[in-house]
Amino acid sequence: MTDQLQEIIATLKKNKMRTTLTGLSVSWGIFILIVLLGAGNGLKNGVMQNFSSRSVNRIQLWPGSTSMPYKGLKSERNLYFTERELELIKNEIEESRFITPRFNTSQTISYGNEYGSYQVRGIMPNYFDIEKLIIAPGEGRFINQLDINESNKVIVLDKKVADLLFKDESPLGKQVKVGQLMFKVVGVNSKKEQWGGSNTYIPFSTAQAIFNPGGKFYNIIFTVDGLVTKEENDRFNESLRTLMGRRLSFNPEDQQALYIYNAQQDYVETMKIFGGITFLVTIIGILTLIAGIVGVSNIMLVSVKERTREIGIRKAIGATPRSILKTIILESIFITTIFGYIGLIMGIGLTEVVNFFMEQAANAQVVSDEPQMSVFANPTVDVGYALFATVVLIISGVIAGYLPARKAVKVKPIEAMRQE
Amino acid sequence: MIEIRQLHKSYRTEALSLHVLKGIDLEIRDGEYVSIMGASGSGKSTLLNILGILDTYDSGDYFLNGTLIKNLSETQAALYRNEMIGFIFQSFNLINFKNALENVALPLYYKKVSRKKRNIIALEHLDKMGLRDWAHHMPSELSGGQKQRVAIARALISNPKIILADEPTGALDSKTTVEVMDVLTGLNREGITTIIVTHEPSVADTTNRIIHLKDGMIEQETRKNNGVHTSIQPQKPQMV
Repeated sequence: MTDQLQEIIATLKKNKMRTTLTGLSVSWGIFILIVLLGAGNGLKNGVMQNFSSRSVNRIQLWPGSTSMPYKGLKSERNLYFTERELELIKNEIEESRFITPRFNTSQTISYGNEYGSYQVRGIMPNYFDIEKLIIAPGEGRFINQLDINESNKVIVLDKKVADLLFKDESPLGKQVKVGQLMFKVVGVNSKKEQWGGSNTYIPFSTAQAIFNPGGKFYNIIFTVDGLVTKEENDRFNESLRTLMGRRLSFNPEDQQALYIYNAQQDYVETMKIFGGITFLVTIIGILTLIAGIVGVSNIMLVSVKERTREIGIRKAIGATPRSILKTIILESIFITTIFGYIGLIMGIGLTEVVNFFMEQAANAQVVSDEPQMSVFANPTVDVGYALFATVVLIISGVIAGYLPARKAVKVKPIEAMRQE
Repeated sequence: MIEIRQLHKSYRTEALSLHVLKGIDLEIRDGEYVSIMGASGSGKSTLLNILGILDTYDSGDYFLNGTLIKNLSETQAALYRNEMIGFIFQSFNLINFKNALENVALPLYYKKVSRKKRNIIALEHLDKMGLRDWAHHMPSELSGGQKQRVAIARALISNPKIILADEPTGALDSKTTVEVMDVLTGLNREGITTIIVTHEPSVADTTNRIIHLKDGMIEQETRKNNGVHTSIQPQKPQMV
């Protein structure tokens, strides 16, 4: 094997220029393939990141006002949620996992001389998992079930709020004034919201008791498990609307009575688009690669023609057709693989460099006030692609070398040696 | 060693069919030193190519070392060439991007001998040809005589039973012609059947048996007797 390799290298060395130019077409093909795949992945990862900053299987409900009369009730009724609806979803929808109501109120929060108007969100402990909030070690804790049960006056602040109110002081354990009442700060959320990020969180029970004596609220968020396809999600939305329609007495056809935002549905749709993009990118890359293969094949043909005499001599001194075939095809594989890997390394190099600078930019962004949102992240390709590329390159080499090799095999020694 | 019966060979092109060999009967024994002479177009090179299994024939029989050489696959032909026959050509046919040593070693590559081993053997053969110091020279750096001696070393490396030489001195001056012929004569003395195609009487005279071809038939045969070639009974012309 090493012998054969040395034989091939000797032949290729004879024509360095030609070998290099031929090989570059393959390098280019693979380079384009990798860069395109990287760009596709970057776009995908970017959007994925935006999805995954919150649970993707999140469903959010807002009551609207009816637009159709239903069962003797007139239209234009304003709907609202109470704890009964919460229980209904918890009990009736088996796919549901985390569930939380959300009651929003805007309150003035003050500490010492500092104050500001912030969103106060009454929520359940589950909210933490649904929204994937971040409480760093040493930054306290989130609202827990005990707080709910006892309607504790505790509050979790977004980092931005904490920084504004407390400056360099640690807010943990301090009392802040929310509206007219004092709340104890138990934690700081360092996750940045895509929009804003000046929220505070208190136990839902406390919020209901203090800010919402009527008990009506307008937002339920929950996650569902096991819904994968668009069809499943569509069906789920329908049954959810029917269920809520029965409870709140509205026509299940009435789209304005209940607003459903199904993140999973968006997710599935987006993934479909990216599947398409990846497919397209792969096709373009492979077509470029084919151009490279045709180039190699063409040059190999020229090379075989030029080497007719040499091949004739080899045959005269005992080269079998098989050994000639093998030599030419191995030569072709050698060119495609070596130069393919050069393209692969350059492609991966480029994507990694781009990724490096993007990560630097992202890290710089952490300290700024900008929300964490991008449409492009980690534009690199898997290591698996290297394996895939190897297989592709070897197959390419065989394809590129086959025709020229057949031609070489057909060389007649006497005619070949007669050529001067 | 070689036995040929009623060998016919034609070259066909679209326009015409050229009957080159018109029924050759020939027997060459083990260890003979034979030359084939004839004007150009007499079919002597074609005969040699058939003997070397580089070309096929239309009808008749060709036995090489007792084996009928007919309708061989390319692979079998390559095997016989590699095992049985050493070629020497007028234009040397060295591979120009390989040095002398690599050229000599090449037949052993196709016999799957390891690189190290075949280089040792090749060097021995080059040494025998007096070319040890030229082992790492490229063919372009060698003189005609040296090139032909490299080619002879290459022909010998696989220990062939037969050496087939097609105008081995055609591209050489008279001094190197003598040198090369001395080498070939020496080989024959070692027992290798040697067949030389030539149109030079001086070359043919060196051999022990001369076969004269004319228009695709054996016209006359001479054998050396006490250093002088004497005609033996000429073959009857056969009508085909």
